[in-house]
Amino acid sequence: MMQVILRILALTRKELLAVLKDPRSRLSLLMPPLMQCLIYGYAATYDLNNVPYAVLDRDHSISSYALLAKFDGSGVFKRVADLVRQEDVARLINDHSALLVIEIEREFERKLVSGQPAVVQVIADGRNSNTAATATGYVNTLVESFNTDWRAAHGADPVPLRIVSRAWYNPNFETRWHMIPGMIATLTMLQTMMLTALSVAREREQGTFDQLLVTPYSSSEIMAGKALPSMLIGLAQATLVLLVAQLWFHIPFAGSYVTLYLGLGTFLIAAVGIGLLLSAVSATMQQAMLYTFVVLMPFMLLSGLTTPISNMPESLQYLTLVNPLRHAITLVQRVYLEGAPLAVVMPYIIPLLLIGAVTLSAATVLFRYRLN
Amino acid sequence: MRRDPSSIAIGILLPVMLVLLFGYGLSLDVKNVPVAIVLEAPSPEATELAAGFELSPYFRPRTMTAMPEALNLMTSRQVDAIVRIRPDFARQLALGNAEVEIVLHGSDANYARLVQAYAEGAIGQWTQQRQAEGHSGITGPVRIESRLWFNEANNSRYFLVPGLIVLVMTLIGAFLTALVMAREWERGTLESLFVTPVRVSEIMIGKTVPYFALGLTGLVLCLLSAKFLFDVPFRGSVIVLALVSMLYLLVSLGLGLLISSVVKNQFVASQIAVLTTFLPALMLSGFLFDIRSMPVFLRWLTQLMPARYYVELLQTLFLAGNVWTLIVPDTAVLAAMAALFLWRAGSITRKRLE
Repeated sequence: MMQVILRILALTRKELLAVLKDPRSRLSLLMPPLMQCLIYGYAATYDLNNVPYAVLDRDHSISSYALLAKFDGSGVFKRVADLVRQEDVARLINDHSALLVIEIEREFERKLVSGQPAVVQVIADGRNSNTAATATGYVNTLVESFNTDWRAAHGADPVPLRIVSRAWYNPNFETRWHMIPGMIATLTMLQTMMLTALSVAREREQGTFDQLLVTPYSSSEIMAGKALPSMLIGLAQATLVLLVAQLWFHIPFAGSYVTLYLGLGTFLIAAVGIGLLLSAVSATMQQAMLYTFVVLMPFMLLSGLTTPISNMPESLQYLTLVNPLRHAITLVQRVYLEGAPLAVVMPYIIPLLLIGAVTLSAATVLFRYRLN
Repeated sequence: MRRDPSSIAIGILLPVMLVLLFGYGLSLDVKNVPVAIVLEAPSPEATELAAGFELSPYFRPRTMTAMPEALNLMTSRQVDAIVRIRPDFARQLALGNAEVEIVLHGSDANYARLVQAYAEGAIGQWTQQRQAEGHSGITGPVRIESRLWFNEANNSRYFLVPGLIVLVMTLIGAFLTALVMAREWERGTLESLFVTPVRVSEIMIGKTVPYFALGLTGLVLCLLSAKFLFDVPFRGSVIVLALVSMLYLLVSLGLGLLISSVVKNQFVASQIAVLTTFLPALMLSGFLFDIRSMPVFLRWLTQLMPARYYVELLQTLFLAGNVWTLIVPDTAVLAAMAALFLWRAGSITRKRLE
């Protein structure tokens, strides 16, 4: 037993040396996750903080100014133009100068005073309908606040029905809190899978794999020796992203590190298993890389990171159950944001272990089969 | 190319897979949201309000009478939101002081925000209905009428499917080309070609033509499925679309050639290709995330991303029509980038051989 462990460790050392001795590839393991985490931490957000809008104020009254002051004071809306003609609306929206045009009707103030409903028309650029919906939501909030002020100032009855909303785990609805913990798993998977898939393919292409096979190692020992270093590198990358999330973006960590790393460990077993399986079926590095990419794409898109899984058709939702990234992202988010204990995240760990077990044994069988 | 089926696989299989995934799988629209309605004491008003959620296509409500049950469902993520109607709802409503509490699972913020808006909308509709029936239920005084141009149905497929074209073209143009050319450099097969009397530029053209054709095939595939499978409207000119797409394909090919001629190593070349072309096309192009809300530094960075201009062109041509004030400058930038990258790739390759 001791000997097996020693042999695996020796292989691990050899693998790590092979990856880390080249400064370029050393850099390519640390820099990309770091840079991506920083850049996408800022870029990958559905929150809006700069909404260019134009105004078509046909009333020019104290009330319409008061309403528009709400927009200008919000810090989110930036007024780019004051329009006088209806025809200009299309031009501003079409060439992306404004995301919204707010049109205030001519009798706005008169209607307000006489107790009739006054209408504010909002025209939104729907080329990205998600952005448009978010911006329209902000408009609703501002107008609601105007209404409340107006009623208070004019002694009208307060609204009989109030809606109080609050969000758990993410009180300010920040997309970043969703994205960055998700990236801990995504960025790690990207490189671990590719690294594993390539490590065998490279040896095979260079002919050193045959040398490895004539050594007294058993095929499962060789597999372990290939899997372990990739997992270590994966864990190091995950730690890096975790540090950025906490120290740079200040996203509060609510859970336990033991649970998190346990989950990440099983996730990496699954990722490495898939990588090894891919390298078992590919003859060259190029094939290994392309297959990895073909597999990674649906994993990333169907992981629930950019679009919610509950929006997918039912058949695809079942398919996502074999997606290790889906389980890993949910696991990391739940541990990170909700502080979920081990018992709660077990439903994510078990499928990961299953995926790992199936892919690793399939890869071992395939390698053994190829040898005979 | 013919001898290695894997690059055909990525050239044909991946676009098809992406089209199906994007068309059927991904959606940012809110519908059938599982939500727990807590009716702590039934009254005609409370039941009526709850019924509003039953009828809405956006929600799949489960009605219960106690908060702890709803909290359990929320913790285990079986529901995404709780709407709590308190026991004295009817009495408070008569007094003009009722309150409805919405608790949202915030871990996916964008989704939570949309669910919140729809829930408030459902409640608002109920109040308006009551008002129409003559109950005191002041809404307003200011009412909002919102209109979504170019996408009246508010269907997220309308921007996801055009955006997909960018990803397919980037993959084939930059990633695949970088990978294949780096392999040739690595194996030294390029050098052996260059000793023949054929000119460098001719060899490079010969090497990239298959990928250009593959990219165009991907484009046609995406366009056909957008039109016939997913009913995405197309309001611009097809000729303009074909031209700018070829231009973007040239930019991608140029980048792929440039990367492979600089690093000459498959692993590093593919990593750089993914990092500098594919991921930015997904994250920094304005395809999903609004560029205007990024920090200044990143907004600058996106100016250097060819995908940004192509995304703008695609979304405009598909949904808005021929807006020349956008088409002309974006096309000019793409043309300049294509010229720059192809020229640099050519000059570096020539230098490497001497």
